[in-house]
Formats: sequence, C-alpha cells, structure tokens
Amino acid sequence: MQATRFSISALIVAMTLALSACGEKTAEGPEVIRIGSVAPLTGPQTHIGKDNENGARLAVDEINAQGLELGGKKVKLELLGEDDQAEPKTATIVAQKLVDAGAVAVIGHLNSGTTIPASKIYHDAGIPQISPSATAVAYTAQGYKTAYRVMANDAQQGKALGQYAVGKMGAKKIAIIDDRTAYGQGLADEFEKAAKAAGGEVVAREFTNDKATDFTAILTSIKGKNPDLVFFGGMDPQGGPMAQQLKRLGLSARLLGGDGLQNVNFLKLAGADAEGVVASSPGLPIDSMPGGPDFRKRFEAKYGVIQVYAPYAYDAVYALVDAMKRANSAEPAKVLAELPKVEIQGVTGPVKFDAKGDTVGGAVTVYEAKGGAWQVLETVK
Amino acid sequence: MDIFTQQLINGLVLGSIYALVALGYTMVYGILELINFAHGEVTMIGAMVALSVIGVLLGASPDLPGLMVVIAGLLVAIPACMALAFGIEKIAYRPLRKAPRLAPLITAIGVSIILQNVAMLVWGRQYVSFPAILPRGQHEILGAHITDLQIAIVVLSLLSMAGLWLLVEKTRLGRAMRATAQSKEVAELMGVNVDRVISYTFIIGAAIAAIAGVMVSAYYGLAHYYMGFMLGLKAFSAAVLGGIGNIAGAMLGGLLLGVIEALGAGYIGDLTGGFLGSHYQDVFAFLVLILVLVFRPSGLLGERVASRA
Amino acid sequence: MRERPRLALALLAVLLAALPFLIGTGLGNSWVRVLDFVLLYVLLALGLNIVVGYAGLLDLGYIAFYALGAYLYAWLASPHFGLHLPFWMVLPLGAALAGVFGVLLGAPTLRLRGDYLAIVTLGFGEIIRIFMNNLNAPFNLTNGPQGMNLIDPVSIGGVSLGKSLEVAGITLPSTYLYYYLFLAATLLVIVVAMRLQHSRVGRAWAALREDEIAAAAMGINTRNVKLLAFAMGATFGGLAGGLFAAFQGFISPESFTLWESILVLCMIVLGGMGNIPGVILGAVLLTVIPEALRYIGDLQRATLGQVVVDPADLRMLLFGVALVAMMLFRPAGLLPSRQRKREFSAQDGVAEQEQASLYDTKA
Repeated sequence: MQATRFSISALIVAMTLALSACGEKTAEGPEVIRIGSVAPLTGPQTHIGKDNENGARLAVDEINAQGLELGGKKVKLELLGEDDQAEPKTATIVAQKLVDAGAVAVIGHLNSGTTIPASKIYHDAGIPQISPSATAVAYTAQGYKTAYRVMANDAQQGKALGQYAVGKMGAKKIAIIDDRTAYGQGLADEFEKAAKAAGGEVVAREFTNDKATDFTAILTSIKGKNPDLVFFGGMDPQGGPMAQQLKRLGLSARLLGGDGLQNVNFLKLAGADAEGVVASSPGLPIDSMPGGPDFRKRFEAKYGVIQVYAPYAYDAVYALVDAMKRANSAEPAKVLAELPKVEIQGVTGPVKFDAKGDTVGGAVTVYEAKGGAWQVLETVK
Repeated sequence: MDIFTQQLINGLVLGSIYALVALGYTMVYGILELINFAHGEVTMIGAMVALSVIGVLLGASPDLPGLMVVIAGLLVAIPACMALAFGIEKIAYRPLRKAPRLAPLITAIGVSIILQNVAMLVWGRQYVSFPAILPRGQHEILGAHITDLQIAIVVLSLLSMAGLWLLVEKTRLGRAMRATAQSKEVAELMGVNVDRVISYTFIIGAAIAAIAGVMVSAYYGLAHYYMGFMLGLKAFSAAVLGGIGNIAGAMLGGLLLGVIEALGAGYIGDLTGGFLGSHYQDVFAFLVLILVLVFRPSGLLGERVASRA
Repeated sequence: MRERPRLALALLAVLLAALPFLIGTGLGNSWVRVLDFVLLYVLLALGLNIVVGYAGLLDLGYIAFYALGAYLYAWLASPHFGLHLPFWMVLPLGAALAGVFGVLLGAPTLRLRGDYLAIVTLGFGEIIRIFMNNLNAPFNLTNGPQGMNLIDPVSIGGVSLGKSLEVAGITLPSTYLYYYLFLAATLLVIVVAMRLQHSRVGRAWAALREDEIAAAAMGINTRNVKLLAFAMGATFGGLAGGLFAAFQGFISPESFTLWESILVLCMIVLGGMGNIPGVILGAVLLTVIPEALRYIGDLQRATLGQVVVDPADLRMLLFGVALVAMMLFRPAGLLPSRQRKREFSAQDGVAEQEQASLYDTKA
C-alpha cells in the first residue's frame, strides 16, 4: 500500500517539477500575476461554467494586450481555470489549489453552493474573491472582507421581479415553481415575498429539480388553480421544456423567470413557445451599454454565443484590475483595501460594491421573448 | 375530473418512456443478473445520433417532411446504438462474466462515465434542442389535452413490448434467451451459443433504447449528454418495481411509476394539507417502490425464485 | 518473526505522522486538503465495507448516513439553532443517530436480496437527501438548498482546528490539524473493523454473505446480524459526516448525492471487498486520481508545448477509463481478501460451488 502511495506521490512530484520548470520560462518576461477562475467544467452545468471562464479569459487577454503596469513594472495576467464540478467538496480543494498556486484573486465560483464553502478558504488566505454569478444572500452575509460579487443577489432580483409582476404585468393570481437549487429556491422565495407585499396572491407553490424535464404533473395541478402568471426560479434547461408543456396543456398564464431563463439557450429550447415569456437579468442590457455590442462581437468571434454569465465574469476581472490599478499593486492585502472604492463602467452596467460586497444599485432589466429574440421591456431600479 | 384525467395522461406518457428504457434493463438483468448502468447512456447516444442526422438532413433541404426526417434519424440511431451496445458488452462485460458480481457493475459505471464524456466531446456541453418539425396535432379527451406525439409514444412503447414479447416467447432466439437466463451451462450443453445470445440481448435492448432516446428528446424538445443518468435510474427502478427480468413487469413497472409520479406531484400537496409538496414527488415514488418490495420482495410480477442453497 | 511487523508498523507510524509535511512541502497545501478528504473517504469506505464486504448486503444509499452525521453536527454546533456543543458530544451523537437510521433502513429490507436491496437502499438515500433539501419549510430545519453555514470547527482543549496553529516555531495550517484528527478516527475505525471481522459477529456476517439459508440453519439469527451490519456501517458513516461538517464549515444537500454513494461503492469493489488494506487503497486511488488528472493540462504543456485537449474534457473520461481498465485487469479488486483469492484460483477446481451471493464468483 505504501509503495503505491509513494509511486503516486513520486508521479505527482514529477508533474509538479515539470510544471514549475515551465513556469520559470515565462518568468523571464514581465511579472506574471495569477488570477483563478473557478466554475464547473464537467457535469451537467458545464456549458454555463465554460462560459464564465471564457468571459474572464476574454477580459484577461484584452488587458494583457493593452499592457498593464503596476508599481512601475509591466505585469502579465495569467488566468488559472479550475473545475469545481459544482460540488462543494471539490470547490474547497480547487480553492486551496489556487491559493497554493499563488493566485492573488479569484473570479468565481459559479454556484452559490460552491462559492460559500470556498469563500472561507479565500478569506483565510486573505485573497479577494469576486463571484460573477453566485446570488445567495448568505455569500456576502458571512462578514468576510474578501467576498464580492458583481451580480444582483436573490433579494435584489427577486424583489424587482415580484414588484414588476404585480405592478406592471398586472398579475393577481400567481403560481410559483422553483428547482430546489440554492439559486432557484432563493430567487423564488424572494419573489414570493415581494409579490405578496405588492398585493399579489400566490395560489400555488410547486417544485421540481434541476435534472427534470417533465413538468406536466405540476403544471396540470397549477392549471386547476387558474393563475394568470407562473414564475419559475431555475435555469433554461428546465425553463425551455416548461414553456412548451405550459402551452401544450393549454394554460393561459404567462411564464416569468430570472436570469436563468434570460439567455439564448432558453429561446432555442422553448422554440416557438418562448414567445411572450418574460425574464429578467441583473444589470443593464448589454447592447445598450457603451462597448456592449462590441463586447458581444468580440466574445462571439472567439467563443461562440454567450450562454449566461460571461459578461459578469468579464466585468469581475475589470473590477479586480481597477482595484489593482488603484492599489498600484497586485498584493492581495492592498487590493482588498481598494476594492470598496472600485467604480467601473462594465458591460452589465456600472460596477460598485457596498460595505458587504454586494453590487450597489443592482439594476434589473426585464426582457420579453419576441420573434425569437429577447426585447428589452424596461430596467427596474 | 379533467385535471385528474390530465394527470393520468401525463403519467401514462412518462411511464411509457420509463417502460421502454426499463425493457433494456430487464432483458440484460434477466440473462446476466447485471445492472447495466450504461443503458441510460445508450439511450442518450441514440437521441444525440438521431439529432445529428436530423440536423444534417434539415441543413441539406429544410423542406423535407418532419416525420420523415425524424424517422431517418431513428433509422440511423438504432444501428448505431446496436453497434455500441455490442461493443460495450464485448469489451467491458464479457471478460468479467466469471468475475464477482460487483465487478461488471463497476465497469458498467465506468462505461457510463466514458460515454457521457465522449458525448460531451462530440456534441458539446450544451443542451441540444430538438427542432420543432413534428406535427403538433392536439386532441381533447374528457377535458384533458393530448398531443399526437404523446399518443405515438404510448403506442410505440406498447408495440415494442409486444414485439419483444413475441420475440422471447415465439422465436428460436427467444427460446435460447430463456434457456440462457435459466442456466448458462445447461443452455450451452443443449447447443445454445450463449455468447451470441447475450450479444443479441444487448443489441435488442439497445435498439429499443434508441427508440426511447429519440422519443424523449422529441417529446421534451432537448437532449444533453447527461440526460441518460436520471432516465436510466428511473427506468431501472421501474424494472425492479415490476419484477426485474420480466418483460411485462418492466412495462407495468414503468407505467405505474409514471402514474405514481404524476399523481404524487399533482396531489401530494392537497393530500397533506400543504405540508408536503411536489418537491416530495420522488420520495413518494420511492416509498411506493419500497412498500411494494417489502410485501413482494421480487417485484409485482417477479417470480419468487427460491433461494438456492 | 514478531520483530519484522513491529518494525514495519513503526515505520508506517512515522510515515503517517510525517505525511502532511512531506506532501505539504512537496506539493502544496491543497494536496494536504486532498489527503484530508482521502481519510474521510477511507472512513466511509471502511463503513460501507462492513455492510457490503463483510455481510454481503449491496447498499447504494450509504451516503445518507454521512449526511445524517453532517447535519446533526450542523444542528448542534452552528448558529442555525444557536447551539454550540463541543465536538466530543456531537460526533458520537451523530454516529449514534446514523446507527439508529441504519437499523430503521435495515428493518424493512430484511427479506430483500441482492439488487432489490440495492434499489431500496438507493431510494432511502435519495429520500434522506430530498428531505434535507426541502426541510426549510414549514419549519426551517435544514435551511434547504441554501445549506448550513458557519459550522463550528472542531476545538480541542481550547485550540480550534479551524485556524493554523503555531507550535515551537512551526506553523501548522488547519488542514494539517484536521489530518491528525481524521487519522486518529481512521485508525480507531480500522481497529474496530479488524476486531469485528475476526469476532463471532464477523464470522456470522461471513456466513450470511456466503449462504443465508445455511447460516440460518447453523443457528445464526440472520435478522439481528443483518441489522447489526447496517447499524455498524451507518455509525462509521455518521462519524465521517460529522467530521466533514466541521472540516468544511458548510454543508448542503449537493454533497450527499447518489453519485457519492456510487463512488464509495466503487472504492471498495475496486480495492478489494472485505479486505481492509484493499478498501483503503481503493479509497486513496479514487480520491487521488481525479485530482491528479487535473494536471494533464500542465503535463501537455510540459511535453507537447501546448494544451492540445482541454483538461476538463479529458479528466472524467480518463477516470471512467481507469475504472473499466482496473476492473478488467483485477476483477476481484486490486488487493482481494485472502479468501476471495482462494476462490479465484479454485475457479475450475473442486472447491467451486454455485452460489447466489453477490460477493462470490458466478458459476
């Protein structure tokens, strides 16, 4: 048994040596600053995870192309992409791995369930973490000075959506479905609170899971309660078939969702039944932002269609680099001191953090699917 | 009442899909006593291959009639899955036929991981959407909606089962299969080519899996490299519920599981006064499964095999 | 003859004590964290080995006990209910709770055999996970999918293992401290498992595994013996769960999926069911391989000068290939128990019998 363990460690040592050997080669040029990017790159959420990494990579490549100088020295950013398999345990291992590798900051993780356990490790190591997409309120409520995010949290988005549903869409009887993930449940709960506060009546609360494709049973049950709006807290792989089954079962209620639905994939999966679905996304519409359409063009030329959160990962890198520039250093302690002062015009809107590390303002834009594309309805503050 | 009818239809359609996949599990189990974990992935490959063919055909001439395109996809997917299952059995299971029973289970899990990741490399990480080319006719029965596609799913799965039953009960190959299931040694002595019979079992199961895969992706409008796992799990549960190794049992188990899930999700909230909701749908399904097995340890239609000493 | 094993044992002890330092300096702290998880999985694998390896009961829902231990720890030592009990009270309670559930699961399944048992235990595992995922309403017991956060670290004599500790000028990071705690727990479980195997109960389990009817005929109370196997296995799982909760500080239902149950089962089958060194080896390999495969990107860069294939694409694929290949080469596991080795070599000999137990070769 020991022999095996030894040979494994020997193998690993050899790999590490090979690794460090090539690390030294690049060390001759400008100083290399390592930034981690973590998202699931295997498993069912792979497509969204890779999208996050691509967003961060595009920003890093651009910044390197422009040239970045800190403390009078030319530096080069290096993005270390890691796979956390959307699994809390693996998330802490890769977090530790990034800390060991000398990453000065981390863009990630994708899910709240991985972002929260990993945040403890970044906190202990004293390096900043900016999540592009974790929306659970708990993430920034732990009192860690290292935890930031560039996306409106569940409370911010859920509240905006709840008010919009009752106030603007005139929904009186509302059915709510969530996918029992940290994201879906968090958003749906906040939506429910806001919708009730605004005077809406919740006639049904149903549940599914993030691997389901058949929603006919819960939709039929909802149909019996005659709602005029169905809210879904979840992602596009469920939302697409749900929109189809809603129509097929003859429900007249409109479907409303969060940023998990407001993407191209949803339109593809729902097909013709996407028509009339309303969904929100935190931030301002990309195409109306200065540099937004340009960002889309550059991203799509390199990596294909934007899945969901790539623009947020992109903005997170720029926010981080803004703090580095302010600190004139990449040292984590100095960067952390400057992060609260960050103010940039990102492709998802202005990025600025509050004392907890959440985004200030947190505008939410509501879209409607029309003719196979998302049309902006309005931006809710 | 119309809600109840609708739930019943929902359950029957879902159950037909489970039943189709369950047939593959039950056939392999009946003969080898092996849980072929990779069967769900074969279903997934079927869906993906058919979608690729459909994509190519539509790309070449978008005006082809939808039904024909889908059938063409199916006709490619079936042999592809057959070849795949043949290969899997030969490489991963056959060398382990005399190994401890859990060894092939682990290779089955390994094959399942391999197929998922190969599919990810070939078809990408994204959900692939099924083009809306099938006719979308709708009917109303007792106030409930049912589409042509749903009817087709139920009919196809009934036909598949009937065909399979005829094959097993009325043909030479079927007789060889039954003999092999009872005792490989004796079957071999009687001149049955056991290896070939086992290969056929896998191939036939895979053909049905391909049909199921195409129907699932057409019905839900999507396919994904990960879709086989949950589907396989549910189908396997269905096979056990009905009595694994028994073809009619797989059908019954599938349909029952589908109906239980639909009624469970639809009514559990009302029945428990809102304490338990549709998030306990799977709990409900598993509880029924456990209860059935506690009172009938070999499933609903399973034979009571006397423990061999 | 007595001196040799003692020397080997002493060497092993030194090695185990020095391991985090060797790995920490050689490979970095993240590998010490991997090492910690290796020990947790060794604990789990040893527990499941009692149920599957010793008693021959195929259990696919084992991770539920891990979950129960973890959640009990979180309930009694986190801000969720405002309770902060010390670990030496919480860990045994968690193990006991899991043990009770082991009996609860075992009782209705006594009549089931082989794969029927597998599917029922699988259902049980999923039921527990679904409850954990949903019990944030009507009463917030588990905080649902959001998970439970800020769980207390283990604290021994006022020293928290959650922070790094300075001893005689050497800084011991938290991962090192947990390593020693987990190592102690693992050694304890190994000793218990070894004693069990060679006890009256252990022989009863073996008899049950080989032939239930014959065992009953020999006067073994198969009901009690089966329940004991479930309870013992579950207890170890509950212990591992409590340690996991304290170590991570955050738990959510995502950590307790069916896939984890399957993984632990793979560990014991791959390593060699029923054989403690084999089970440990299986746990070590299946925890280390996926982590080591993370380096294939770097390896490509070092050998080919560039990353040809995205490492994330290849990692799980290679894991699957490894699983299949290892089983094909060593169908009885990498380190099979002596008894199974005998059965294998006796494949065509006189000793061969037709047996229906899942532990055995199929005739």
